[in-house]
Amino acid sequence: MADHPNTSLPEDRGYLSEHGFRSWALTMDHKRIGVMYIWTTLGFFVVAGILALLLRLKLLVPGPALFSDHTYNVLFTMHGAMMIFLFIIPAIPSALGNFFIPLLIGCRDVAFPRLNLFSYWIFVAGIAVTVGTLAAPMDTGWTFYTPYSAQTSAAVTALSFGLFLIGMSSILTGLNFIVTIHTMRAPGMGWYRMPLFIWAMYATSVIQVLSTPVIGITFLLLAAERVFGIGFFDPAKGGDPLLFQHFFWFYSHPVVYVMILPAMGIVSEVVPVFARKPIFGYKAIAYSALAIALIGFLVWGHHMFVSGMSTVAGVIFSFLTFFVAVPTGMKIFNWIATLYKGSITFESPMLYALSFIFLFIIGGLTGLFLGALATDVHVHDTYFLVAHFHYTMMGGTVMGLFAGLHYWFPKMTGRMFNETWAKSAWWLVVSGFNVTFFPMFILGMQGMPRRYAEYPAKYQALNVVATVGSWFLALGVIIMFANFIKSLRNGPLAPDNPWRGLTLEWQTTSPPPEENFHEIPTVTDWPYGYGSRNEAPRE
Amino acid sequence: MSDNHEAPNGAPVSARLGIWAFLATELLLFGALFTAYAQFRITHAELFHQEHLKLNRVLGALNTLVLLTSSLTIAIGIAAIRRGLQKLLKVCLSLTLALACGFLFIKYLEWSHDFHMGWFPRTNLFFGLYFMMTGLHGLHVLAGMGVMIWLLYKAQRGSFSAEYNTPVEITGLYWHFVDLVWIYLFPLLYLIG
Amino acid sequence: MAAYKIYFVVWGALLVLTAVTVAVSYLNLGLWNATVALAIASLKAGLVALYFMHLRHEIKLVLGFAIFPFLILGLILVGTLVDAIYRF
Repeated sequence: MADHPNTSLPEDRGYLSEHGFRSWALTMDHKRIGVMYIWTTLGFFVVAGILALLLRLKLLVPGPALFSDHTYNVLFTMHGAMMIFLFIIPAIPSALGNFFIPLLIGCRDVAFPRLNLFSYWIFVAGIAVTVGTLAAPMDTGWTFYTPYSAQTSAAVTALSFGLFLIGMSSILTGLNFIVTIHTMRAPGMGWYRMPLFIWAMYATSVIQVLSTPVIGITFLLLAAERVFGIGFFDPAKGGDPLLFQHFFWFYSHPVVYVMILPAMGIVSEVVPVFARKPIFGYKAIAYSALAIALIGFLVWGHHMFVSGMSTVAGVIFSFLTFFVAVPTGMKIFNWIATLYKGSITFESPMLYALSFIFLFIIGGLTGLFLGALATDVHVHDTYFLVAHFHYTMMGGTVMGLFAGLHYWFPKMTGRMFNETWAKSAWWLVVSGFNVTFFPMFILGMQGMPRRYAEYPAKYQALNVVATVGSWFLALGVIIMFANFIKSLRNGPLAPDNPWRGLTLEWQTTSPPPEENFHEIPTVTDWPYGYGSRNEAPRE
Repeated sequence: MSDNHEAPNGAPVSARLGIWAFLATELLLFGALFTAYAQFRITHAELFHQEHLKLNRVLGALNTLVLLTSSLTIAIGIAAIRRGLQKLLKVCLSLTLALACGFLFIKYLEWSHDFHMGWFPRTNLFFGLYFMMTGLHGLHVLAGMGVMIWLLYKAQRGSFSAEYNTPVEITGLYWHFVDLVWIYLFPLLYLIG
Repeated sequence: MAAYKIYFVVWGALLVLTAVTVAVSYLNLGLWNATVALAIASLKAGLVALYFMHLRHEIKLVLGFAIFPFLILGLILVGTLVDAIYRF
């Protein structure tokens, strides 16, 4: 990688030239909006991460400690709700997606720039309402199951409204991306010349547009239930609590693919660049993203196996669940085949991308245990599920996000980060992650239930291991962010194409000018011809 | 190599794709309510049958006519502005607005009668659904009226022409969708409950 | 004026269909009441979509955008009802 000694301010700061609050708050530049999303979502990642550290700290001892059981319930609800709704769902699509979709398809902005800005501010409004509910904090778990959520004195109604706004932002962003990808591609960029990140974002956006309204109406019904006393979800009034769960998971299952598909897209970009080989099975990876999105709509019932759902539905949903593994496995095999006989180098983006593949295999395969009706009855609501979920979301999505942040940091900021620090951070993050969450698989198999503030003393040893692991994980994240922030100010200037990538964003300057490209490029080939042409030598 | 084929309609492809994607969202928003309706109608068939007889079929049918007619007027408005007939557009928008007001007025009569009779959302599942579905639909009518007032204001200033009429066209599509929802709500709630 | 004329014809058809569906609702046909009402509603919806919403002349891509969501709507209906039917 380039070791540019020059750290002085460059003359042309590209899209970052303008300063001042208004230049950000009222911008219609997709890059600036993307940057605002990055700060917002990473901010909540830090807050919710601190909550997680507190929870782990409390679990060091089996008995009462630190805070009351009610506070524990509030904290894990906040941890889950913030991580899901304010961080993971928008983190890659709204933040990196906004910044890079127009750059990767070679156009000047998204199809509806004004709508894009509106989406951001509606997101902020939703956050404001959500944070306002801390006055009467939630203790329902992030799933808000009825009938408890319809009866608790916590501010469920206000929170529903806040999440409704956040969902609206998600829908409008997805809509914007779909139209952008359909109508704004650079001349010559047919569907099979699109970068795989674009395919992933397209599939993601379809899910956002079609599933988010269902959670929107679910929250409206929940609010109506509380305000007007309707009994849709209350068995005492003839309603059906499982209907709430059906609606909730009709959104919340597909939405895990909103979280994971963009990360898969990033991995598909990073792996060929650092293996210097054309991506293996381009079409298979592209179509598997659409297949995952579609099959994702068919399997929500596997969250309800022990809820009292009819056995017939349980068997059908369990059967369908296994089909998700097929396109997912296809992607993994294709990445591995891309690595085969490549000239692999291990820069930080690649390290995170490889961690994604490794950890997601574990997360995905343990998902099959949970998708199988009979095994699920045994491990349901144990720490096995917590481990599985964090292996897919933290080990999957967050690793993909970190890969993307490192990969695109030079392009977004015009600066290079310190690779040595980035590598040390990676060691801590990945080892800390495994030490934290792997013990939970064992704890779950041994029967330790999740969501309780206290646990039998026999589980303590592994809980101590997990808590200590969480400190290493946190230290790694702190180092990574410190490295980023320090480099923002005085990192060496980044060249236009530090990783020798072939996708379009590397053809413009770092950071890109406000109009992205001085001249819109014409595409004549797919973007993965690595190793097959005369490549510039490594600097 | 975009999908920007020659548009048979006035609005550019991106605007049409955008509004149809938005309508897809709306469809799923109402779709969940229709799902709830379907489930409760199966599990509480007797209740639904008895309660739906309480609704005023004539007023419901009248409202259907009002809304269908408002769809006609806005469709004509779009055809008019495509020919550059600004005045006809303004007439059509005003008529559509008036019909929308009429729709809401009739709805108001129905609801106040319901409340007078002591039928509230909490009364039972049928009325819960009835108020939620017609209420959400009514909110959509209100939103559409808001947009049309804005369109009328723009039309007054001569913003629309044969060349540029995208906002009118996509508002029209939204309005027809609101009509479509009512086309299903009417029989489901008033006729076969 | 041809466009205006077809709009009026469609509007007329919609009014007639509304009258028919209201009339049928006064007859007691058992399960057929629901079937007829939904069939007529779908016919009306089709007319509105094809003529008022211009789907008759739309390009395939927009048609896809209009039709695909119904597949997803079908999924939530079928999935929820399969459970409900076997549970109650």
